[in-house]
Amino acid sequence: MRLRDQVRTIKPTVPTASMADIAFLLIIFFMLTTSFSPERTSVKLPESVMRTEVSKDAAIVAIAGNGTIMFTSGKEDAVALSGPDDLGKRTKELITQVPDKEFVIKADRDARYEWIDQVLDALRKNGARRIGLLTRPEPIPQQAAGG
Amino acid sequence: MDLRNRRRFRRSAEVPTSSMADIAFLLIVFFMLTAVFASTQGLQFQFPSDNPNDLNVQPEEAIHIKISGEGQYLVDKVPMTLGELGGYIQGKMQQNPAKPVIVQTLPEVPYHSMVDVFDLLKQLKVRNISIPTETEIARWKALGYFE
Repeated sequence: MRLRDQVRTIKPTVPTASMADIAFLLIIFFMLTTSFSPERTSVKLPESVMRTEVSKDAAIVAIAGNGTIMFTSGKEDAVALSGPDDLGKRTKELITQVPDKEFVIKADRDARYEWIDQVLDALRKNGARRIGLLTRPEPIPQQAAGG
Repeated sequence: MDLRNRRRFRRSAEVPTSSMADIAFLLIVFFMLTAVFASTQGLQFQFPSDNPNDLNVQPEEAIHIKISGEGQYLVDKVPMTLGELGGYIQGKMQQNPAKPVIVQTLPEVPYHSMVDVFDLLKQLKVRNISIPTETEIARWKALGYFE
């Protein structure tokens, strides 16, 4: 009889003590990997095998699939531009402040090349030198053909 | 006396941590939703100086790749696939590693076609890649280098 009494005293519990530890670990992971980017246009980037790191403080020119151009110098939030001329004006301002500023083009993979060309032309005419084309890694590495 | 003893034993000092996990998971959800796994890598290049009198490449000596559509490449006026293009460029590079390659993309072509070619050229370690903008092509045409 005494034995039975003892069994009753153990309450069924779910051990949740380590839950908070796990959760905080995940929080730290997400905090460290999150980058609050000033440019948040959602585009489907083209793929490439060769990829190099673009500079962190580069200006970003985003070209959406419908041709909308967004621009940020890398510090403030991105603004929509009226066209390549507007981009040219802003490029000139930036280049006078930082002559070797890098300009990163974040364009949709299916955007018409015409738009990219207009952006490149505006950048070039206004003194931009360093250009980066944002890409995502190729899903299956494509072999350099031939040879 | 008996009562006092019992009470003391039952209550142990505790920090209420049961809600900690809830708070933590709430934060996790927030960070997961706001996380943008930003792509910070891509293809980089530099524009040459924008001087109308300074022809940066000699168009008549260069390999001319014309992208006329998605997956349609005219290399020195010969239609090729991307694989053939790679082989052709590689052959030319072995003869003259400094040979310039001009990539001309027609306005209606999707952007990723140009990135595919540019990526391939980078993989083949082509040193002298020229991506002329419309203005530059017009200038070359005026000089009679391009038709």
